[in-house]
Amino acid sequence: MTTAAALEARNVSKRFQGVQALSGVSVDVPHGAVTCLLGDNGAGKSTLIKILSGIHPPDQGEVALDGTRVRFRSPRDALDLGIACVYQDLAMIPLMPVARNFVLGREPTRGRGPARRVDWKHAADVTRHQLENVGIRLRDPNQPVGTLSGGERQCVAIARAVYFGASVLILDEPTSALGVREAGLVLRLVRETRDRGLAVLFITHNVAHAEAIGDRFIVLNRGKELARCVSGEVGREELQDLMAGGPEMDALVADRKTAT
Amino acid sequence: MNEDAEVEPASKGNALAALLSRPELGAVAGAAVVFTFFAVVAGDQGFLTKNGAINYLEVAAQVGVLASAVTLLMIAGEFDLSVGSMIGAAGVLLALPVTELGWHLWLALPFTFAAAACIGLINGLLVVRTGVPAFIVTLAALFILRGVTIGVTGLITDSTQVVGVREALGDDPLLPLFAGEVAGLPVSIAWWLGLTALGAWLLSRTRFGNWALATGGDADAARSTGVPVRRVKVLLFCSTALAAALVGVLVVLGTGSADVLGGELKEFEAITAAVIGGTLLTGGYGSVVGAAFGALIFGMVSQGIFFTGVAADWFQSVLGAMLLAAVLVNQFARRRALEARR
Repeated sequence: MTTAAALEARNVSKRFQGVQALSGVSVDVPHGAVTCLLGDNGAGKSTLIKILSGIHPPDQGEVALDGTRVRFRSPRDALDLGIACVYQDLAMIPLMPVARNFVLGREPTRGRGPARRVDWKHAADVTRHQLENVGIRLRDPNQPVGTLSGGERQCVAIARAVYFGASVLILDEPTSALGVREAGLVLRLVRETRDRGLAVLFITHNVAHAEAIGDRFIVLNRGKELARCVSGEVGREELQDLMAGGPEMDALVADRKTAT
Repeated sequence: MNEDAEVEPASKGNALAALLSRPELGAVAGAAVVFTFFAVVAGDQGFLTKNGAINYLEVAAQVGVLASAVTLLMIAGEFDLSVGSMIGAAGVLLALPVTELGWHLWLALPFTFAAAACIGLINGLLVVRTGVPAFIVTLAALFILRGVTIGVTGLITDSTQVVGVREALGDDPLLPLFAGEVAGLPVSIAWWLGLTALGAWLLSRTRFGNWALATGGDADAARSTGVPVRRVKVLLFCSTALAAALVGVLVVLGTGSADVLGGELKEFEAITAAVIGGTLLTGGYGSVVGAAFGALIFGMVSQGIFFTGVAADWFQSVLGAMLLAAVLVNQFARRRALEARR
């Protein structure tokens, strides 16, 4: 990893109503790699990605894209620079047709002036084609997204981000609410996306999923970086230990041993 | 979703499912039922004559103009309870300068619509900036607007009405746009049809329409894909205020006078039309065409009861029952839409 990272958080801190959510965390997300951000609930993962995707500005520190400092006023700014974020629970709007969801915010149009209108036929064709590429066969691009499974919805959201030219993909717990087979579907797509050269930041608290596709791992704990390693350096158990806050778990286990 | 879905032939069931999942289905069917009912029961009392039709279409037009905008706002997940008061306020805002200052319509109309747009803007900004529910913000606006309308009119005219608007205007060249007839029908009906077409076009064919649907469906998800959620909402609050102002203008120029109580309860009539038309109270789903049929049902029921000779007091009960029935039908249709198999 010698080239400049696609997306970086440099020494960022964020405080919410008296709670220090992040204190001085640095994360780099290089092209062509899956960087896993691990951590327990409250570790600061969500806050960090909200800063990276333009929802919140950091109190201190800065965000850099391809080595240049950037400031986002809204998620739209981040999107326009090629940073797409796919959230676990708000990836899609269930009652809206798949095609309308797929092109949301970037609807293709035809005609000029008052006659300018969305080209729904084109949108439907693009949606069908792009989803076939990721292995989802739609009977009708106008069926509501709510008829798709959770894994399929995540795949639609990822395919959408890639199709609209994202160079950085931030995935917020994309597999946490999914069954094993569904999670596999999403993980395979994430790997394909990485192989196309995108920078992927994969947030999870599932170590098995992280180990399956991660190239690099950063573990957060209580708003600080706890550990950082690359694939093959440490095993699943070590990662699990780190995530669970290592020493605290060790103490618990020790307690139990002395008790019995 | 289930496995055996793959076995059965798709096309036929799919087309039917698509039809059943259209939001306006209930309102179109309801309008047909209501029309048939009154045609049979009151057909020989004048319901089927041209004058009978004009009668209920005029009532429907007022509600329909409002509903075209209110529906889009509801689809975006918000409410506007202040449109009724806005009708009264706009009527006075138009009538007072005309009668007291001798303004012509080219000046009085832009003044009225600009004032309405400002009030819509304030409503919208208060909702998106403070996070106070639109229900509360626009309920407050309902009372404030009505109070100011009554107070100011009382101070200037010493009464609850502003009369003599037509006399003051004479044959103003802009008058035919808002009073009289086009093609033998009251001009308000043309406005209703025109705004319904415009709203339907916005919703189904424009990026803004897609953003409104997404905003009401899930504002956070919409924002994260780059939809300017706040701007969508504020613009739609302006549009409901403008639609209300249009109704106020149509009433004042049609009758020649403004009443400080004009438009009372119209906010609920518009919401009723929207909901009968298949629009979800929670946002994210709905139809402007459906709302037009909802307004048509409203007009037919309110005037049809009069034709039957039954005491008109029953009108509200019938309307309430229809509202409930429509919501139940729509809820069923929506569940079907989400369960539709691939």
